[in-house]
Amino acid sequence: MSSADITGDRDISKPDTASKGDIAPERDGPRDTGMDDARLHRWLERTWRTPPGIVGALSSVDHKVIARRYLITAFVFLCLGGLNAIAMRIQLSGPQRGLIGPDLYNQLFTMHGVTMMFLFAVPIVQATGIYLVPLMVGTRNIAFPRLNAFGYWIYVSGGVFAWVSFALNMAPDVGWFAYVPLSGPEFAPGKRADVWAQMITYTEVSSLAVAVATIVTVFKQRAPGMSLDKIPLYVWAMLVTSFVVVFAMPAVMITSTFLILDRLVGTHIFNPAEGGDVLLFQHLFWFFGHPEVYIIFLPATGMVSSIIPVFARRPTFGHLGLVLSLVAVGFLSFGLWVHHMFATGLPKLGASFFTASSMMIAIPNGVQIFCWLATLWDGRPVVRTPLLFVFGFFFIFVIGGLTGVMLASVPLDLQVHDTYFVVAHFHYVLIGGSVFPLLGAAYFWFPKISGRMMSERLGRWHFWLAFIGFNATFFPMHLVGLWGMPRRVYTYPAELGWGNINLFISAGAVLFFLSFVLFIFNLAHGALKGAPAGNNPWNAGTLEWATSSPPPSYNFARIPIATHVEPLWAEREALPVATGLRVDARELLISTVAEAHPDIREKSAAPSIWPLLAAISVGATFVYSIFTPWAVVWGAAPIAITLIGWFWPKGDPEDEE
Amino acid sequence: MKRPVSMAFATAGALLLQGCAGWQSVLDPKGPAASEQAWLIWFFTGLCAVVWVLVMIALAAPLMMRSRAQAEPLAIDAGAEGRKLRVVLTAVAVTAAILIGLTLLSFFANRTLAAIGSDASLTIRVTGHQWWWEVRYEDATPSRILTTANEIHIPAGEPVRLLLTSTDVIHSFWIPSLSGKLDLIPGHINVLDIKADKPGVYRGQCAEFCGAQHANMGTFIIAEPRAKFDAWWNDQLQPAVAPAGDEAKAGEDLFLRRPCVMCHRIGGTPAGGTVAPDLTHIASRKTLAAGTLTMSRGNLAAWIADPQGVKPGSHMPVVDLDGDELNAIVAYLEGLK
Amino acid sequence: MKQRPAADISDLPTFGHGARSPTWWGTLGFMALEGTGFALAAGAYLYLATLWPSWRLSAPEPNHWPGTIVTILLIVSLVPNHILHRYAERCAMLPVRIGMIVMSLFGIAPLVVRWFEFPALNIYWDTNAYGSMLWVLLGLHTTHLITDVGDTIVLTVLMFTRHGYSGRRFGDVGDNVFYWDFVVLTWIPIYLLIYWMPRLG
Repeated sequence: MSSADITGDRDISKPDTASKGDIAPERDGPRDTGMDDARLHRWLERTWRTPPGIVGALSSVDHKVIARRYLITAFVFLCLGGLNAIAMRIQLSGPQRGLIGPDLYNQLFTMHGVTMMFLFAVPIVQATGIYLVPLMVGTRNIAFPRLNAFGYWIYVSGGVFAWVSFALNMAPDVGWFAYVPLSGPEFAPGKRADVWAQMITYTEVSSLAVAVATIVTVFKQRAPGMSLDKIPLYVWAMLVTSFVVVFAMPAVMITSTFLILDRLVGTHIFNPAEGGDVLLFQHLFWFFGHPEVYIIFLPATGMVSSIIPVFARRPTFGHLGLVLSLVAVGFLSFGLWVHHMFATGLPKLGASFFTASSMMIAIPNGVQIFCWLATLWDGRPVVRTPLLFVFGFFFIFVIGGLTGVMLASVPLDLQVHDTYFVVAHFHYVLIGGSVFPLLGAAYFWFPKISGRMMSERLGRWHFWLAFIGFNATFFPMHLVGLWGMPRRVYTYPAELGWGNINLFISAGAVLFFLSFVLFIFNLAHGALKGAPAGNNPWNAGTLEWATSSPPPSYNFARIPIATHVEPLWAEREALPVATGLRVDARELLISTVAEAHPDIREKSAAPSIWPLLAAISVGATFVYSIFTPWAVVWGAAPIAITLIGWFWPKGDPEDEE
Repeated sequence: MKRPVSMAFATAGALLLQGCAGWQSVLDPKGPAASEQAWLIWFFTGLCAVVWVLVMIALAAPLMMRSRAQAEPLAIDAGAEGRKLRVVLTAVAVTAAILIGLTLLSFFANRTLAAIGSDASLTIRVTGHQWWWEVRYEDATPSRILTTANEIHIPAGEPVRLLLTSTDVIHSFWIPSLSGKLDLIPGHINVLDIKADKPGVYRGQCAEFCGAQHANMGTFIIAEPRAKFDAWWNDQLQPAVAPAGDEAKAGEDLFLRRPCVMCHRIGGTPAGGTVAPDLTHIASRKTLAAGTLTMSRGNLAAWIADPQGVKPGSHMPVVDLDGDELNAIVAYLEGLK
Repeated sequence: MKQRPAADISDLPTFGHGARSPTWWGTLGFMALEGTGFALAAGAYLYLATLWPSWRLSAPEPNHWPGTIVTILLIVSLVPNHILHRYAERCAMLPVRIGMIVMSLFGIAPLVVRWFEFPALNIYWDTNAYGSMLWVLLGLHTTHLITDVGDTIVLTVLMFTRHGYSGRRFGDVGDNVFYWDFVVLTWIPIYLLIYWMPRLG
């Protein structure tokens, strides 16, 4: 492919008419054209590196640095959430155990849900996207890098706030769904439910920020030639996920805002005695809550779509079908929320509609499964740890998907709703559908992130321990649910005969927990002693493997050109690249939305401490607002100051233009 | 101290209840609704198991293949791709057909459930409270309206209409062996029709998280032959029996002088509180504190002496009583058959 | 991996207006999520309104005049807003500076009238759910208005500094115009819900 093909028929050499007018003449700097590799590296490294020192580190806007922090933080929250679960399992290991009382138990399961959903699952899939999407689309940084950094700081402060509350015995105890009136002013005195509401509001600010940055990165920063049909499936998955975030997360923010208004300033939005309604809360919450599942699951499908072709040694079968399925799932995910509310006594006809829509979402998910299976059918695949976890994903997720079909049926759901059957179902979906692919992805991309391989032998041990531990924990829950055990009970009477099976479940949970200990060991072992990975240890085809491991601060020495959906497989000899960017300023290439024609050389924001300061002032305002609504007024000034500081030009080369 | 006590109660409870309390299982249906649902669960499970096995075979097959995955990843055989496409499309079509079938199946099952209570002659209003159930038998004659708690007697073999609501938070009424669950929501009234095919005791418990003692919010449906049920209703309409013996008499006095009367009602006495269970015939019930303890002298004493130990967080306050006073009140309550 | 230069992008411009610029897409993204928030709040209002036989729950009718004045101000402001847009695209500094001042004033004016809107609702937020929803909708839009006016004023000041002579700044002015349209657009349904829907029943 020649440069004429890439730039197409667009006349890019003529400066745009818009660039006339009252603007200072462009200051030019050295370009990468013709520069030798060593000099190019020195220039780019000086321009793109994260500044040294603590302030420098806190000012970083490098998507890889931010993503690494996100990944580690989310993993810490996973471990904390896991410890919650272990505590609950010890309490439930036998009937009438007195180890943990209801007050603590209710905080434990609420914190488990909140941590896993808002502090682990969503952040970790978004963090993976922050790391990989800019590399996969062949750009130097994520769009709006300061917004991205701000998102991370907001997320950390939200998580710390929740866990400090837990340490102070004021963690929410109303369930991760916090239904009113139980979480309302009358039945939840104290600050626990307020902690839930504000913590939700601000972790969702972070998700939304990341979603917008991801969408714009995918739309505008793709490598030349990466037209819509050449976008990798993982990037598609993150794009669809980000759209789902944009349209779903506002619902939970509205819900938590309404709740806090009811609690703090005495509105009556959810108060049936004064014209409000308690079911309104559930509608708003599940309008977010169901898409939330797909926000967690869709990125994992992208990971599966990245791993399978590499080990099946061929491009994914049915690329277009998989893209359309992703889009279909994204849309349909907004039409199912009522299936969480079948037991609230909604009109029968409406409920039947939601049965149909809940069943229908299984079709695009089925398409995905079949296409992956068809990809694997070209010969005996190379079975390495990432693929093992993908196999685990199939085994577990398909069970979860099928029990999901069961739950879509109204009469069936009325029996198993809010029992351990549902607990089993969604752990099969979320752990099978998301955590197993994530673990596979960890083995798959760890060499890229760290430059070293993880141990294959330990990886296999890890897989089998996780696989057996998971199934031992969650499969019996289907049964105990059918035997009548409801969710969210801190104890149960002996005469119902649930004791032995619960003991078995608890033992499985310990096994499952140990698998994560082994995983941590393997991560540490790999980071310290792993074999050097090289650029492309799996001989994969997408652009993130075209750069060194770990990638330099500027990602690519020159912007790659995508000629195929698996560019590295199509261009075995030498990767075509575009030249002409400045190397003394953070210049990156903006391309057109559909065809990815090169369009603008735009500057990416330089490191800045202001996003951190803005996050601190926003976080402080949120926390303070639990105690008085005037916090919003007092907090407005620091927030405004930090935002002005953030956006005010500092005279860096990046501020020209 | 608390722990061994509650353990002892639980063990005793287990032994006592083993005989009468039903298995709280969806898979052991004792009424038309639960039977329909159990059938549905088995059918769905069977079908899903077949689908799952087929997917697993499809997944395992490439692992058995002789030929290794190709070294040149972009060399794709167009003919093989076409065959694969046909297989995938067929699988998608079969999936869609199964899903449409299951949708129709559940739609018709839903209609079956809806038809169960169309000729219900008995209406019971069940109101959820943190953490017990108020049960009121509706009747056209005001004097026949009966209020009791936690245990719901119904005539076996007849459909009964339950009107479900709540005055505090959301609860969910669920007797697995008779029917699916339905929420009790403040500001809403939900209708659940149930029918027990045979006499028996069917256990259930609250299925919507409702706060501290969500775990200890049990209820029982006690299905009896019609005649026995009518007799039970008539008995329950009677005011409380007068205390027999000095100790019980002293207990009644204490009950009426202490804070008990603020919350509890005992028919035929000045005790008229309505925020806690009606105690007029408490001794005729099988359990205490919404299925938490079996009814016995010892458990009555334990519950009154240490409600926060038995059911931490419950709204039953600790009333300061010495040993004699406690015995007297227990003696009185024990007589309220 | 070896590289093969295949395209030269050195002559590309360094900024672009409208849909060419990533900022425009980012603005659109934020509009989408804020719009979703507004739509859901309006949905919650309608959900509660249809739940009761008479919405307003026997509260007095709101006085629509302050709201109507805000509506007129906002709609009129679209004219200078779009004139400003044309000049921003041509990167003409003087008219852009004048336009930004005009738009800052057009932002402050409705905020002043908004002060009188809250009492004109004739009900407090803690009286009943109807009052709550009115205050919530008006409060949401006021927050929206304040943030955008603040943004406009900061950008106006920026255009008077040396940083203003930059293509990217003119692009920011264009995005600010775009966002103001959105602020006006979201107000129309909220205005109807707050002042005219309660008159129906």
